[in-house]
Amino acid sequence: MELNQYLEMFIEESKEHLQACSEHLLELEKNPEDLTIVGEIFRSAHTLKGMAATMGFEDLADLTHKMENILDAIRNSKIKVNAEILDVVFESVDHLEEMVFDIADGGDGKHDVQATVEKLKRIEAGEPATAASEPMPGQEVAAAMVVNESEQPAEAPELKLSYDDFEKTVILQSSEQEFNAYEITVALREDCLLKAARVFMVFEILEKNGDVIKSTPTVDKLEEEQFDSVFHVAFISKEPAEDLQKMLMKVSEVDRVVVNKIERDVFVTKTAAIEVPAEEVQPQPAIQETVTAVSEEQPKKAASAKNNNSKSGHASSKTIRVNIERLDILMNLFEELAIDRGRLLSIAGDVNHGELNETVERMSRTMGDLQNIVLTMRMVPVDTVFNRFPKMVRQLSRDLNKKIELKIVGAETELDRTVIDEIGDPLVHLIRNSVDHGIESPEVRRAKGKPEEGTVELRAYHSGNYVFIEIEDDGAGINRDKVLAKALSKGIVTHEQSLTMTDKQINELIMASGFSTADVISDVSGRGVGLDVVKTTIESLGGNISIESTQNVGSVFSIQLPLTLSIISVMLVEIEQEIYAIPLSSIIETSIIRHSDILNAHNQKVIDFRGKVVPLVFLEEIFEVPRAEQKNDGFHSVVIVRKGDKLAGLVVDSFIGQQEIVLKSLGNYLTNIFAISGATILGNGKVALIVDCNALMK
Amino acid sequence: MTNATEQKNLKVIVFQLADKEYAIPVSHVKGIEKLMHITRVPKTERYVKGVINLRGVVTPVIDLRERFDLPVSGNEETTRIIIITLETMEVGFIVDSANDVLDIDASSIGQQPEVVGSLEEDFIAGVAKLENRLLILLHLDKVLNPID
Repeated sequence: MELNQYLEMFIEESKEHLQACSEHLLELEKNPEDLTIVGEIFRSAHTLKGMAATMGFEDLADLTHKMENILDAIRNSKIKVNAEILDVVFESVDHLEEMVFDIADGGDGKHDVQATVEKLKRIEAGEPATAASEPMPGQEVAAAMVVNESEQPAEAPELKLSYDDFEKTVILQSSEQEFNAYEITVALREDCLLKAARVFMVFEILEKNGDVIKSTPTVDKLEEEQFDSVFHVAFISKEPAEDLQKMLMKVSEVDRVVVNKIERDVFVTKTAAIEVPAEEVQPQPAIQETVTAVSEEQPKKAASAKNNNSKSGHASSKTIRVNIERLDILMNLFEELAIDRGRLLSIAGDVNHGELNETVERMSRTMGDLQNIVLTMRMVPVDTVFNRFPKMVRQLSRDLNKKIELKIVGAETELDRTVIDEIGDPLVHLIRNSVDHGIESPEVRRAKGKPEEGTVELRAYHSGNYVFIEIEDDGAGINRDKVLAKALSKGIVTHEQSLTMTDKQINELIMASGFSTADVISDVSGRGVGLDVVKTTIESLGGNISIESTQNVGSVFSIQLPLTLSIISVMLVEIEQEIYAIPLSSIIETSIIRHSDILNAHNQKVIDFRGKVVPLVFLEEIFEVPRAEQKNDGFHSVVIVRKGDKLAGLVVDSFIGQQEIVLKSLGNYLTNIFAISGATILGNGKVALIVDCNALMK
Repeated sequence: MTNATEQKNLKVIVFQLADKEYAIPVSHVKGIEKLMHITRVPKTERYVKGVINLRGVVTPVIDLRERFDLPVSGNEETTRIIIITLETMEVGFIVDSANDVLDIDASSIGQQPEVVGSLEEDFIAGVAKLENRLLILLHLDKVLNPID
């Protein structure tokens, strides 16, 4: 089989399953009693194993299999979840991730996992006899039950459901009113396609014949197909067990139905069974003879069905993977269309034909909607980045012996795919920083009167044309004096400057380049391990980062990012016949100045802009714009731009106006053009260049 | 078509530049466009005329006359932009006119005669003699690489 074409899909899906494993493991750690979570992890692991085996990645399949065994033992309550076991499972998931990434990088997915495998084996073997004697960990309950029936027909079957007091009362009372209480186990065929539909049919039959008291899994879960192939129902009815069983078997794709009567004495005491009144002994044979309208191999089949649970258990996802290049092509085609629309609009305007105008207007509206769709198709929830952090924080807090809770808010916030790809590393850096330098050790926190467990909150939200990502911790905060002292000693600020700096400015010094070197990690209480890199990355994405911090209370790192990198707001300006776009993010304001306002400082022309001396940059000189004749009407149009806290005035002929444009690259032939960061296509189909203001300021 | 003929023949686009005919393998040609608005890109080589909007893709355009140091001519009705793809690059060549699509017999391709204009020879991969026509085959890598 040619597998290469599936490789990409395999890698993507594997990553998803591993991510699901990690998330559920973290959840399990919080609720170790919740075995449904184990089921989820098991399902992901199982699918992964199957895929890996199909693709021929034996090591991957093998390790997953070992991990699956543990999970299965947990699921069947043979092993109790504890931190040690979880650590090993986490370790396995880490290894699996490495393998998948290796495969994604073109490797063969081989990886030395001997140590982890040993640990897994020890956990598996370290359990009491039950685990060892059991030949197949996945042995299905139903199979055990059949044995139970044939060998000990006289004994009341063990309950597979647990009941609370209310339910017990209902069951007891029902038997007093000559109703029978049953526990029904329904097993669907393993190749059943529409499990939810079958469940519905089963419930419909049941509800016509009595009352459903309880089901495991819950009805919600059943409807979402969140079960393997077997479910249990507690049911009250006047119908005999045999009839119920036959009715339920009529539902197609039902493999097996087991109807057991619940004896009231089961709730009282098991040994009391002998003293059961005569009339109640009567139905008992019916229960035991019951049920399995199934041939002998069936239990085994059911067991394997359980093991093979697989994909059908997942709620089907209504998304489709599209190569981002195709979206780019779509976007280009769309722009072509938009340009033609512009032409059509002007033609329609000239012709002034009623129906034509109407049609063109309607087309414009449709295209507006279409534009929205095309643009939002590139949007991805920020969750795809956030989801790796819980595990990272867990590991960090263990390594550092700190207690840390990571809260994530707004993971559904959407960002352009290109931004998502870039933002991961800076966030890793900032979260590490918060955990490492921000949150104090439990002892210190206690001494400060804070709760031992520190909190790091990661949140994302939309605001205007921006997305904000904030990392807030309730840790030590930034030590203003130490930071200032460090900055002074490094020569980043002068003593005079330091006197007038606000706290915020001082906080932000930790992101100044040259502030952090390896030796300050431990001695400055604050932070500052290469945060300048974070700042640079974020600024290269057209965003910015700011810090708020109060000593001993905590810090907030706030990142502001544009919604998308492919669309930016610009100011279009004209120089002679040429149109240039200046990104709005660097513009402070525009103004018209008199020629006489221009001052000369050395060889540099400057203006006085609100008391600041701002150097002027004549774009026509920088860009060597050919001029037919010198224009001089005594006024200049100036765009005041900024880079950091430096200002400059770009002199142009005239302003055209603000516009949203789609960013385009100049291609691979023209690289590193001075002061040009890209291009865009204007409504008239012509190309306009985008000015890189940062390059114009030293 | 059999493999043998495929190997023997080279399909080329023939275009005119000054008084000579040049050829580019058709496999590198993405399209031939009429002259359209070119946006000048400042601070680039003299022969880089700028960029055009090629159906939504911003594509750089080179004036081949200037690239080969031929006398500059005004834009005529026949002037075309031949869009070339080379590895990951897409570049347009401005030529006087695009004349023909031809199959050249591989055996008719020879070395560039030494006497022909010395300045160009770097760009020339070979010459093909076709009855009474002489086609100059371009070395695209060299044309697209900056002059050292």
